[in-house]
Amino acid sequence: MTIPEIQKKIEDGLPGCKVEILDPYRDGVHIKAVVTFTGFAGKGLLEQHRMVYATLKDELKEEIHALALETRSE
Amino acid sequence: MEQELKDKIESLIKSENVFLFMKGTPEMPQCGFSAGVVTTLKQLGIPFGSFNVLSDMKIREGIKEYTNWPTIPQLYIKGEFVGGHDIAVQMAQSGELLKKVG
Repeated sequence: MTIPEIQKKIEDGLPGCKVEILDPYRDGVHIKAVVTFTGFAGKGLLEQHRMVYATLKDELKEEIHALALETRSE
Repeated sequence: MEQELKDKIESLIKSENVFLFMKGTPEMPQCGFSAGVVTTLKQLGIPFGSFNVLSDMKIREGIKEYTNWPTIPQLYIKGEFVGGHDIAVQMAQSGELLKKVG
């Protein structure tokens, strides 16, 4: 799965969100997603991360091993 | 989920005030995120128990189902699921983690 594909999955799952994918080691595997979504407002970190994970449900089982997350409501 | 597996997971979670399901051991973590949580807890001087999921495939898969959380490490405080690596680090930085540990 490519970085643009991961980005699209998150964007499709959380309509209107802004996703920035960082690849700090330039290996395409240990990536970080910074997700800004107004729908996170009022929710705890756990719930926010669950919402992002839900958009990558199948991918997280196999393909993605190391996805760091940072979530912001605005 | 089998009752036996569930019981085992629950007894682990309740065995310590702070409990970490991780890849590898605190002395020798086998993944960067697990290592990150161990470092975070140690820096704050928080004692914790841990389980190496690489030693037990059933627990490795079972814990994901139990918590409905797709990744490992998983941190528990007082029997309650707190989050994975990113949440633990963020809570440590804000001081919330120490407060929660009490």
